Amino acid sequence: MSVVTEEKPIKQSYKYVGTRPVRHDGLEKVNGKARFAADMTKPRMIHGHVLRSPYAHARILSIDTTEAEAMPGVKAIVTESDFPLPKKDEGFPHRSKNLIARDKVRYEGQAVAAVAANTRRQAKEAAAKIKVNYEELPSVITVDEAMAEDAPLVHEDLLTEGLDSEPTKPSNIAKRSFFEQGDLAAGFAQADVVFEHEFTTKVVHQGYIEPHACVADTSRDGRSEIWCSSQGHFMVRSATANMLGWETSKIKVIPAEIGGGFGGKTTIYLEPLAVKLSEKADHPVKMVMSRDEVFKATGPTPGTKIRVKIGAKKNGEITAGKAWLAYESGAFPGPWGLLGGWCVFACYNIPNIQIETLEVVVNKPVNIAYRAPSAPMAAFATETVIDQIARDIKMDPIELRLLNAVKEGDYNHSDMVGTFQRIGLRETLEAIRNHPNYKIPLGPNQGRGIATGFWFNIAESSSATVNLTEDGTAVVITGSPDIGGSRASMALMAAEELGIDPKLIQPLVGDTEAVGFTDVTEGSRATFATGLAVVRACQKLVVQLKERASIMWECSVDDIEWVDGSAVHKEGKESPLTIAKITGKAKKTGGPLNATGSLEAKGQGPAFSTQICDLEVDPETGRVTILRYTTAQDAGTAIHPSYVEGQMQGGVAQGIGWALNEEYIHSKKGVMENPGFLDYRIPVASDLPMIETIIVEVPNPKHPYGVRGVGEVGIVPPVPAVANAIHNAVGIRLRDAPMSPVKVLKALNQKNGING
Amino acid sequence: MSRLHIECEINGDDAEFLCDADESLLDALRDEVGLTGTKEGCGTGDCGACSIILNGNLICACLAFAPEAQGGVIETIEGMADGDQLHPLQTAFLEHAALQCGVCTPGVLITSKSLLESNPDPTETEVRYAIAGNLCRCTGYDKIVKAILVAAKEMKQNPMKGARL
Repeated sequence: MSVVTEEKPIKQSYKYVGTRPVRHDGLEKVNGKARFAADMTKPRMIHGHVLRSPYAHARILSIDTTEAEAMPGVKAIVTESDFPLPKKDEGFPHRSKNLIARDKVRYEGQAVAAVAANTRRQAKEAAAKIKVNYEELPSVITVDEAMAEDAPLVHEDLLTEGLDSEPTKPSNIAKRSFFEQGDLAAGFAQADVVFEHEFTTKVVHQGYIEPHACVADTSRDGRSEIWCSSQGHFMVRSATANMLGWETSKIKVIPAEIGGGFGGKTTIYLEPLAVKLSEKADHPVKMVMSRDEVFKATGPTPGTKIRVKIGAKKNGEITAGKAWLAYESGAFPGPWGLLGGWCVFACYNIPNIQIETLEVVVNKPVNIAYRAPSAPMAAFATETVIDQIARDIKMDPIELRLLNAVKEGDYNHSDMVGTFQRIGLRETLEAIRNHPNYKIPLGPNQGRGIATGFWFNIAESSSATVNLTEDGTAVVITGSPDIGGSRASMALMAAEELGIDPKLIQPLVGDTEAVGFTDVTEGSRATFATGLAVVRACQKLVVQLKERASIMWECSVDDIEWVDGSAVHKEGKESPLTIAKITGKAKKTGGPLNATGSLEAKGQGPAFSTQICDLEVDPETGRVTILRYTTAQDAGTAIHPSYVEGQMQGGVAQGIGWALNEEYIHSKKGVMENPGFLDYRIPVASDLPMIETIIVEVPNPKHPYGVRGVGEVGIVPPVPAVANAIHNAVGIRLRDAPMSPVKVLKALNQKNGING
Repeated sequence: MSRLHIECEINGDDAEFLCDADESLLDALRDEVGLTGTKEGCGTGDCGACSIILNGNLICACLAFAPEAQGGVIETIEGMADGDQLHPLQTAFLEHAALQCGVCTPGVLITSKSLLESNPDPTETEVRYAIAGNLCRCTGYDKIVKAILVAAKEMKQNPMKGARL
């Protein structure tokens, strides 16, 4: 296993890193030529359509496809009988059981069967003729319903893990985790102020604009080629192979451009169905989800119920923290509560803590990552209570946070961090405190809220191959799908190492047969970990280039240094050799110049963000308008600052949507009532102001350029920042997101003694 | 069901295609004509990813029937640049990093082009309302709005840019 401490120390100045070139994939994206998942067609291609459950919870008594098979144009139908359960259900959460319903349907929209026909219309019409005999069962939709005594069971055999004593009967609580540190009672006894409150959040969707889609072309010799958009095509390959019981090497996955993911495309939905339909039909099969299907059958992030209790002395020193976090995981168990528990107090150095987390299954779509998964809900609770303490002890909320902020050497109780290395929380807090926006005067019904956020970031496996061409340009191939400009940052890092202009570098995302294994683009890891792989490959190439120059010059390698893209003789005995001059003579010096970099990266470095939300509450309607928004985030080193800012702004916008508007609305029977962008309202341009960014750069010591992942943490502070700003504006504390006009108005009326 | 034969002009070229009577113009453009630059994000007119200009009007192609294009003039993202000469909006989007994943970008560009043709000097608020029907989940709209304002200024200073001769 490689560890990055071998890397050379962080440089102080760069030629290309930190510049803002036009991204390499930009032109195709502004002229309509970029090919996303649904843009692919193949000769002889037919179309697949999924039949989905109309019920949130029902037993499948029988499935009859006879009539559907006889419909015009139908080439193949698949049901659960085409997908024997694999010995080990690879990936989370329980993918093979989720992707096609077996004994029961456990949420509205779960796939029950799929049809392939000559046209989309024929496939849809045939699917409607599949007769599924259901026995509808009572469903559980919220954490409270699911945990109630005698609640209907989502899984009849689910026994809670992590209890003090062995459970005797099944429940909807999949797992309990518990953590303690210090002496909780003593900690609260030292406190002058203690606040404890309960917070709830609703299910929200990642909301990427591109629906899931794929084309699978399966040949009769048991190989399949899949074209799809995902956050990780190697994951698509292994997950699909696993569900089909195939060898991984029989599947090739070609990454399309990805139209947004935010964690929602870190798993598969359609691919095994398409491969199987293609195999049965002996045609390439294309499947494209509708927006309704995206809402009902993919994503979303868990709804939660969280209780947080924090005690502090009058001088602001936090003495104790207790948290109880129940996270939905959808219809199958997930890790979300535990992740929330790891984040809930992560920004603060609290000597005495107790954290209990629960994973709760409900009859809703299976949850999947959404940008810093689980952290925003936990931050909503902690950051709101911290704000309340600050107001109570009359301390500036930034000063209170600075007093308790974690720093290098402090301990984090999660498995993901341990002892913090150099981190930038204090620097983001100071950046906000020192920013003019923190002092802009506010008018009536206007308020300012502060919140801070933490995210682990992850590292994982990455591979890169760099090929030098005959004309001295470089092709950089990585296995990381580019979901927000990572190709540009790969090119900048390669440019810095090779010493050539980024325009001479062609950064590509290679398919599963063109580059080495690479984990999913998740956990803000691509620029950090895949960037490291690129840097390593380029460093190997520089060694090769110097060796080739030494052959050409008939001198020792030790006499050569690599300067600004050329081999330079230290004593000036020869004219510098550019890459083109060296690759031009490659046949005579040892053949093609290429190198790979692959590693299991470590030391990604956690990310922190501190934000100011200024807003105005309309006391007549309860509508909240965001007036100004300022975000300071530690990027370590910003490789391409424009796309760092883009990640920061995008995270904030999603967080504001979460805070004010977005929620899944379910009927009592668990049917989603707002599965479209009209009723599930994500922020539009007229909802938002400019989002001011402050890139803080506290270099990550474990990366040669000091990179930290920047993709996720921006979404963590907005929900509490909005809640704290609403309190500052009109004196009401809201603890149930989204803070929609109805809830704001109700709380205002209560405060003013008006019966709403 | 027999299919309908539609003749129209797309991005300055004569075009014809067959379609079903109830097929959306979006599906016809993507599947029958092969112009996949126009995207489907929702199919219900809520996201704007399929924004095109039909007979001078900005529309969601998913909300129009394909036969409505008969005899009409269509502009899509594929026709926005004049050969190698990018439209100032396209240049501004590239230079100001106004796109991340890029799937909403064609629709946003078409909408902004339509805006600047009717209002060459929009305020920030006017830009925000003009593109309020185009959902972007990546950017928070900040860089998009800035790029549109930059392009407007550029086009005002150089009126021939972005104009078709």
